[in-house]
Amino acid sequence: MSLISSWLPYILAGIAIGGQYALIAIGYTMVYGILRLINFAHGDVFMWSGLIMVYLITVMPLWLSIICVIIFAIVLGTTIEKVAYRPLRTAPRMSIMISAIGVSYLLQNVALYITGGLTKTYPSISWLQKTVDIGPATTKMVTLITPILTIVLVVGLVMLINHTKIGMAMRAVSRDFETSSLMGIDINRVITVTFVIGCGLAAIGSVLFFSNYTGINPMSGAMPGLKAFVAAVFGGIGSVPGAVVGAFIIGICENIIKGAGWTTFSDAFTFVLLIVILMVKPTGLFGEKNIDKV
Amino acid sequence: MLAIRDLHVYYGGIHALQGIDIDVPDGQIISLIGANGAGKSTTLKSIMGLVGKRQGQVFWDNLDITSMKTKDIVKEGIILCPEGRRIFPDLTVDENIMCGAYLRKDKEEIEKDREWVYSLFPRLKERTWQLGATLSGGEQQMLAVARALMSKPKLLMLDEPSLGLAPLIIKDIFAIIQKIASEGVNIMLIEQNAKAALEISDYAYVMETGVITMAGPGKALMNDPRVQQAYLGE
Repeated sequence: MSLISSWLPYILAGIAIGGQYALIAIGYTMVYGILRLINFAHGDVFMWSGLIMVYLITVMPLWLSIICVIIFAIVLGTTIEKVAYRPLRTAPRMSIMISAIGVSYLLQNVALYITGGLTKTYPSISWLQKTVDIGPATTKMVTLITPILTIVLVVGLVMLINHTKIGMAMRAVSRDFETSSLMGIDINRVITVTFVIGCGLAAIGSVLFFSNYTGINPMSGAMPGLKAFVAAVFGGIGSVPGAVVGAFIIGICENIIKGAGWTTFSDAFTFVLLIVILMVKPTGLFGEKNIDKV
Repeated sequence: MLAIRDLHVYYGGIHALQGIDIDVPDGQIISLIGANGAGKSTTLKSIMGLVGKRQGQVFWDNLDITSMKTKDIVKEGIILCPEGRRIFPDLTVDENIMCGAYLRKDKEEIEKDREWVYSLFPRLKERTWQLGATLSGGEQQMLAVARALMSKPKLLMLDEPSLGLAPLIIKDIFAIIQKIASEGVNIMLIEQNAKAALEISDYAYVMETGVITMAGPGKALMNDPRVQQAYLGE
């Protein structure tokens, strides 16, 4: 019993951070699924969602700021796609990848220019910071809310992908651009919807993530972005459920390592995991598999 | 009726179509035969707006569709059933079929057409929940035709529907093409299997390296010694 009560807080924190990674990882995995592009700018869209919140909260109430943050992230993400990725759609894969890296640095540097490189204080959302008791452990509301909200959003997303017309179009486009357009599917619209979903979820993730960490600077998107990317690869890039499972596993493992007293190695663990997956099972847990004929 | 006038297309740096003229009148099966690389698929892709045109026009009835977007061309009632079937492998048979109706909003009519295509291809009806990738080649071709029909086309263009299929299945597919034509859908057919194509065609064009070299009623071309020598292996 004492073992559970001493480890429970770390596991709960791990589940919470895992949920936050999951919300970012979905954006990576969906964009990869359709464009075969690793959107390196995604972590910076996440950072900008956090940064813009710092400014919005000074002029409007909390609920409105959260809505505006989500809209901002969606507009930013879809604009990046239109300006930096769409013109390169028929170019070699490497060109669009380099464009993504360029956008990532651009977003970081604009943030650096605006903030002057100083760490800004993320507004405290008192409701998320309330303490709650879960069994023998005491934790913050955000730890409880994050996994619940993540699972609700993911279930909704999986239903959208599997049971709606736009979801069907997304699955069709992800396999075959040319045939999809021959069916009358508007490829650009499907890609825009993908970025809307990915960036919207990243914005929600940013509210949960930064309200737990308080400080935000132009590099704040880099590490969570990288870890979410590893989660997407771990789960099998292109697969939404895979990214979510991968994110939870990484979040929980990191916190267990911290609980064991090896905090220094918790980041290293994630990247060692990446190397091991790429060597042992490059398609990840739920990666695209070959279908056998019946 | 579809009318192609003096169409020039460059594809991968090659002058792939060098001024071709083709008519697809209402109520007829038109076929386009020729060797690999003659420009047959390029012709269909350029009609659909997938390949840019350098010169010339494409008219659909009196509408100039030369520079229209693919989805607007589909909306006008032209559909291409692409070479190699191109079934969506991880969509179910039923979802593949519904992809064909993507632009349509008339729910009741879509439902009727779904029943109709399943009645044309009863084997697909037994497999509605199977993934596209798990079908055999012949079933995939049937699915590709069924999917195309779901757009309620006035002109159905088929690119090599017999490719890689067993003779018995080719016979089935061609019988179904004739049945579809008899229900009032115009057909434009591309085939390397010239014999099968000419047999069911009202009119046919022979294409060689980007130009039309011969044209005439299907039966007449079948008896033409040049066609026999080059395409019918006699």
